[in-house]
Amino acid sequence: MKAFAELYAALDETTKTNEKVEALTRYFARVPPADAVWAATFLIGRRPKRLLESRKLAQWAIEESGIPEWLFGECYHAVGDFAETIALLLPAAQSSSDLPLHYWIEERLLPLREADDEARRASLVSAWREMDERQRFAWNKIITGEFRVGVSQSLVVRAVAAVSGLDAAAVSHRLMGDWQPTASFWAQLVTPDTRDADISRPYPFFLAYPLEGAIAELGDVREWQVEWKWDGIRAQLIRRGGRTFVWSRGEELMTDRFPELQALGAQLPEGVVVDGEVLPWKDGEPLPFAQMQRRIGRKVLGPRILSEAPVVMVAYDLLELRGEDIRERPLEFRRARLEEIAPPDSALIVSPVVRGDTWDELTMRRQEARVRKVEGFMLKRLGSPYRVGRRRGDWWKWKIEPYSVDAVLIYAQPGQGRRASLFTDYTFGVWDGNELVPFAKAYSGLTDEEIRQVDAFVRGNTIEKFGPVRAVKPELVFELAFEGIQRSPRHRSGIAVRFPRMARWRTDKKAAEADTLETIRALLPPGSRGAGD
Amino acid sequence: MDEKALTISVTGIILQLTHSGLYCAAGDFYVDPWLPVDRAVITHAHADHACPGSRAYLAARAGAALLRARVGGEAAIEALDYGEVVNLGSVRVSLHPAGHILGSAQVRIESGGEVWVVSGDYKLQPDPTCAAFEPVACDTFVTESTFGLPIYRWPRAAEVLAEIRSWWAANQQAGKASVLFAYSLGKAQRVLAGIDAAAGPTYTHGAVENFCRLYRAAEIALAPATHVASAPAGTDWSRALIVAPPSANGTPWMRRFGPVSTGFVSGWMRIRGARRRRSLDRGFVLSDHADWPGLMSAISACGASRVWVTHGYRAPVVEWLKRQGLDAQAIETRFEGEQDETGEATAEGEP
Repeated sequence: MKAFAELYAALDETTKTNEKVEALTRYFARVPPADAVWAATFLIGRRPKRLLESRKLAQWAIEESGIPEWLFGECYHAVGDFAETIALLLPAAQSSSDLPLHYWIEERLLPLREADDEARRASLVSAWREMDERQRFAWNKIITGEFRVGVSQSLVVRAVAAVSGLDAAAVSHRLMGDWQPTASFWAQLVTPDTRDADISRPYPFFLAYPLEGAIAELGDVREWQVEWKWDGIRAQLIRRGGRTFVWSRGEELMTDRFPELQALGAQLPEGVVVDGEVLPWKDGEPLPFAQMQRRIGRKVLGPRILSEAPVVMVAYDLLELRGEDIRERPLEFRRARLEEIAPPDSALIVSPVVRGDTWDELTMRRQEARVRKVEGFMLKRLGSPYRVGRRRGDWWKWKIEPYSVDAVLIYAQPGQGRRASLFTDYTFGVWDGNELVPFAKAYSGLTDEEIRQVDAFVRGNTIEKFGPVRAVKPELVFELAFEGIQRSPRHRSGIAVRFPRMARWRTDKKAAEADTLETIRALLPPGSRGAGD
Repeated sequence: MDEKALTISVTGIILQLTHSGLYCAAGDFYVDPWLPVDRAVITHAHADHACPGSRAYLAARAGAALLRARVGGEAAIEALDYGEVVNLGSVRVSLHPAGHILGSAQVRIESGGEVWVVSGDYKLQPDPTCAAFEPVACDTFVTESTFGLPIYRWPRAAEVLAEIRSWWAANQQAGKASVLFAYSLGKAQRVLAGIDAAAGPTYTHGAVENFCRLYRAAEIALAPATHVASAPAGTDWSRALIVAPPSANGTPWMRRFGPVSTGFVSGWMRIRGARRRRSLDRGFVLSDHADWPGLMSAISACGASRVWVTHGYRAPVVEWLKRQGLDAQAIETRFEGEQDETGEATAEGEP
C-alpha cells in the first residue's frame, strides 16, 4: 500500500503528462505483477463491482471520527471528494502499512462481498487504523471507486509500453476486452509475443479532432471522403469464431443490449470487425438520442421498446477481414470491402458518402445537417490507414455551429475535485413571462479567473440556500451553446438540450435581455417527436 | 446616546457591529475597522485588518513598524506593550499575544466587570517569529474561524519544514528552481526562519523582502536571502529557493527562473482541490491560523460563555459551539463572502 499511496500522491502532484508517465513507469517496474495489474485496473477506470454503499461508509467514518453527521456534511461540501473527506476526518494515524496492494484488495476488500454489514464495518475500521493518512486516502479511493487522478488509459498504456518495451498499440489492444486483474494477465500484457488472439478483442478506436482553421486548407476536395457525422454510440461489431461482440468506445461490452446487432452478426462473414455508430433508427432516419437513452437505461428489453426504438449500425469502416487486420490498408480499400460484406436490407447501413465537387458546395450541404439529425460532417483523407486514438491530419470532424442562447444564472452549487468549495456548477434560466424557468445546467467553458469571479458573485448574492445549492440574484447573463434540442416532459421548461456549456459571459447584457422560452421553442425541429415515456 | 448606553449596560454588550466595523461605544474606538475612523485598535498588520486613513491607531509595540508600513508613514500610531493597560473612555484596553504574525494581538476590553476579547487572527502552533498565543479569560470571545472545520488539522510545523527541505533537494537534483509561494507578511518570514540556509541559495520577491527587512530590524532570525531584483543577470536559479507571494504565480516575473517546481505554503493546502485548481506542484500545510482543534481549545481556554464568530466557516463553528452549550453567533465581516476563496484570491489573501 505504501508504494501505491506514493504513486497516487505523485500522480496527483503533477499536471504534466510526462511526469505522470514516469511515475507510473517507475511504479510498474518496482512492484510485483499482482500489484501492477491492480493499479492499472483502477487507473484506467475499471474496478470490481462496488461493494460498499457510500451511506454506510460515511456512517462508519463518522463513528470512527467522533463527529456528528451534520458536520461531516459540511466538511464534504468544503472538500468535494468523499474519499478525501473521510481521510481528513479520521483520527490521526498511528501506523502505516507495508502490505502490498494486492493483499489489500484480494485479502481485505474482495472478501467483504460475502460479509455482513457488521463484518464489513469491523474490517474497514481496522484497515483505516492500520494505515497512515496518505494510504487511507488511496484506500478510500479504491473502495469508493472514484479514481480520477488525471490519468487516462493512454498514459497507463504509455507506461506499460515503457516498462515492457512493447509498442503502445499492442498494449492498447491487449488492455481492451474482457480480462481479470491477475498476475498472469499482467504477464500476458507485457509478454513480447504479440500474436495473442482473444476473439472478443476490439481494436482501439481512431478518433477525430474538430477541424481547425479554414476548410480550404485541407487541399483538394477530391482527396477526401465526406460522410455525415452521426450522433449515437460509437461501437465495434466483431464477428469471430461464430460469435458476435459489440464494444462501445467506453470499452463496454454491449452485445446484450442490442439483439438487433447480434442477429446482424450472424449475417456477416467469419472474421470481420466493423467500426460504426449504433443509432435508434426508424423509417430510414435516426430517432432522437433520448430513445437510445431509454434503451440503455433498461435491464430487460421488452418487445414494445424493441419495436419503438430499434437500432442499426451505421458502418464507417472495416478493420478486419477474414481474420486479417486491414487497418493499414488505404481507406478506399477498406470502404470497398465494407460495402461488399454488408448484407442487404439488414441492420448494417454503410454510412453514405456525401459528394461535392468543391468545398463551397459541401459547406452548403452541411446546412442540411440539422434536418438530417446529424452533427455535421466527418472528413477522411483517401489513402489513409485506420489509426489508433485521437490524431490530427487524416480524420476531422466538421460540425455545424452549435445553437446558442442567452440565459441567466439562477442556481449554483460547489463542484468536485479541483473545483471543490468553489461554486462552479450552474443552472441557467430563461424568461417565461415574468418568471425565469430553469432551462439548462452547465459546468464548463469559463476560465479559472471567471470561475473565481462568479464564485464571489454567488457568495455575495445568495438569496436562498437549499443544502449545497444556492439560489442567486438573477443578474449574470451567459451565452450557452448546445448541440441538440428536443421536447422533454421531464424538464420544467419542457425542453432538453444536449451538451450545454458556457460559450461566453455576457457582461454586456442585463438579465432582462436574456432569451425567452418562446424563442427557444422556435429552435425545436419542426414536428419533433416526444421522448416517449 | 443615552439610550444606547442604557442598552449596553443592560445586556452587557460592549461591542457592536456598525457600518465601519466592530465598535466600542463606551471607549469610542473600533477594532480592525474596514473604513477610516477616528480611533482604530488594530490586531495585526494584514490588509484585511489594518485599513489606512484612520486618525489614530493603537497597536502592539512589536507590530507597530509593520502597521506603519501598511497604513503609511504619517499615521498616528500609539504602541502598547503586551499586557499594558490603557483607559479609553470608560473602558480598560490591553493587548495580548495572538501568535499569528509578528506583533499580532488579541484586544481585551473591560467595562464594569465585563470582559470582551477580540482575537483577531491567531494560532496555537509555535512560531519563532512571534510571541506565542496567550489565552485571556473573558466573558465574550470574538473569534476568527478561517479553518473552522474538523478536516483542518495541522501537521507539526517541523514536519512540514522537513517536507519543504526534501522538495527543494529533489528540485535541485532535477535542476529546477524551487518557487515557494507564501503570504508576504508572516508566512514568508516563518518559512525563512525555519529553513537551513546552507541547503542552497535563497531569494525573496520584492513584496516579501520589504517585510523581511522589518522582521530583521526587530531582531527576528531569518535565513539570509537575496532580493531577486538584485541578483545579477545570468544567475543560475537551478539550486535556488525563491520565496514569493501567491500573486506572483503565473506572472512574467516567474520567467527568469527557467524550469521551476512550484509550492504553496498555506492551511488551504490541506485540501487537494485547493492545490490542484491553482495548478501548483506541491502544497505544504503550514498555517498562521488555528486549526479546528486549535480553535476549540482557544475558545475553551478563555472560559467565555458567549462567542461571536467571524471570518471563515462561521456557520458550522457556531452550530458546534451552540451544541456545546455556548451562546454563539456569527457576525458579518466586510471583506469576505463567507469563507476563504474570495479573500484569498484578492490582494494576495493574507488570511
